[in-house]
Amino acid sequence: MKILVAVKRAIDYNVKARPKADGSAVDLANVKMSMNPFDEIAVEEAIRIQEAGNASETIAVSIGPKQCQETLRTAMAMGVDRGILVETDEEIQPLAAAKVLKAVIEKEQPELVLLGKQAIDDDSNQTGQMLAALLGWPQGTFACGVALADGGLEVRREIDGGIQTVKLKLPAVVTSDLRLNEPRYVKLPNIMKAKKKPLDTLTVDELGVDVTPRLTLLKAAEPPARQGGIKVPDVATLVDKLRNEAKVI
Amino acid sequence: MTALVVAEHDNAALNPATLNAIAAAQAIGGDVDVLVAGSGSQPVADAAAQVAGVRKVLHADAAHYGHALAENLAPLVVSLAEPYEHILAAATTTGKNVMPRVAALLDCAQISDIIGVESSDTFIRPIYAGNVIATVKSADAKKVITVRTTAFDPVAASGGSGAVEAAASADDAGLSEFVGEELTKSDRPELTAADIIVSGGRGVGSSENFAVIEALADKLGAAVGASRAAVDAGYVPNDYQVGQTGKVVAPNLYVAVGISGAIQHLAGMKDSKVIVAINKDEEAPIFGVADYGLVGDLFKEVPAMVEALDK
Repeated sequence: MKILVAVKRAIDYNVKARPKADGSAVDLANVKMSMNPFDEIAVEEAIRIQEAGNASETIAVSIGPKQCQETLRTAMAMGVDRGILVETDEEIQPLAAAKVLKAVIEKEQPELVLLGKQAIDDDSNQTGQMLAALLGWPQGTFACGVALADGGLEVRREIDGGIQTVKLKLPAVVTSDLRLNEPRYVKLPNIMKAKKKPLDTLTVDELGVDVTPRLTLLKAAEPPARQGGIKVPDVATLVDKLRNEAKVI
Repeated sequence: MTALVVAEHDNAALNPATLNAIAAAQAIGGDVDVLVAGSGSQPVADAAAQVAGVRKVLHADAAHYGHALAENLAPLVVSLAEPYEHILAAATTTGKNVMPRVAALLDCAQISDIIGVESSDTFIRPIYAGNVIATVKSADAKKVITVRTTAFDPVAASGGSGAVEAAASADDAGLSEFVGEELTKSDRPELTAADIIVSGGRGVGSSENFAVIEALADKLGAAVGASRAAVDAGYVPNDYQVGQTGKVVAPNLYVAVGISGAIQHLAGMKDSKVIVAINKDEEAPIFGVADYGLVGDLFKEVPAMVEALDK
């Protein structure tokens, strides 16, 4: 089984984003970028399936500017066999990302596609579901467990009330939730090795995909700030304040 | 202009989150219809018809709609989409699972997790863990939307008199099947609907120690939540998680105990009316958003609070 995993270069998990002063966009100048953390979990899962002897090849795909090569090298240093960059400087929204991935999938013919459930920049939580729709494949979103079972895939999903298990036919799309696995740390020798792994570059035009954005950002604003609170000296004061000042209990 | 709201339910009762989604649809303007797709779901269709302001309920009942599998539900929504300009659902795990599939089949963008309506094509939504509030305009003929339930007051569950119409079922896609569910059982209020929430973090230290949090929650009639750290450590189940990628809550009172306040956690609770933080680290970022902060050992302060509430 061939596995394809999609990785997005996104703002680093520890960085707090701010809008630009003129409110036209998010200020990403000189901001640290990393692999979207949910995609890291997806990469780890692909590698684990391969290490368990259930995948012949693992391929990472990223869509975006040249710097996404670094994201792909990280995936390869973790253990993915090769990388594909679909290079573009256009803004790629989830529907466009799904269309680009579909075009790559039609070339590569994987049986399983793994993605993070959501990117921590636009917080859309759409691309995996959209990709599954465009391919006509089943989807196992918000996965916390993935197991091959009688020619199909059993996926445990984190849902609002607890855990749901579904069985999917292959090929399928799976999106990872936080507790699917804990991604490995990349070791230095593997970073060196990853530099020698194949990394192909394609363009959106070559794939013949229309990536015109459907949503226009009119304004990026700061959220309303909370009024500064107070420290209370003890529990008695706290309970008194909650009863008589805030009146919430 | 007419909107279709995809109802969420368990075939017996309408999930209250649907009432918030209907409120968002009404904020856009125009008539609002509701789709109830389920199996043995007549009580839900009847309940949806009673919701204030609902024009009609489209009811599709078939075995393969019993568990809201996206592979089956999305084509049904698409088959009914023609007269509707807006198609909405609550941004629950069900809505998040199904609606992007609907959007892609319609070749539309989805506008995720809206917190405000500017006009029929312009919406407000948080991005970057809520650190940026984006106003976005859709160029698509149809707008597929998920609704952050805490941002829209629910419409009344009664007072309406919508008609229930049978909708033709689409075929079982045969791509996926429901195997089972392990749902957390609790007598406490549901996290996203609770007036008061007491949440525990890494500082609680163990699954057993969560009894301290639960005792305070029960004293306050509150729901119990948790930070990602507490869920990852296995202290509580995944559905307790409050945050950017867990549940977003906005109760009247949120008590954060032993939670440092990572931006990902703040994204899920900072719209609460009143926030209390109890933490031994006085530098913890949670104090930056708390209305009332108490620096101290949670194992001493929380039981003391339970006692003080008796007085």
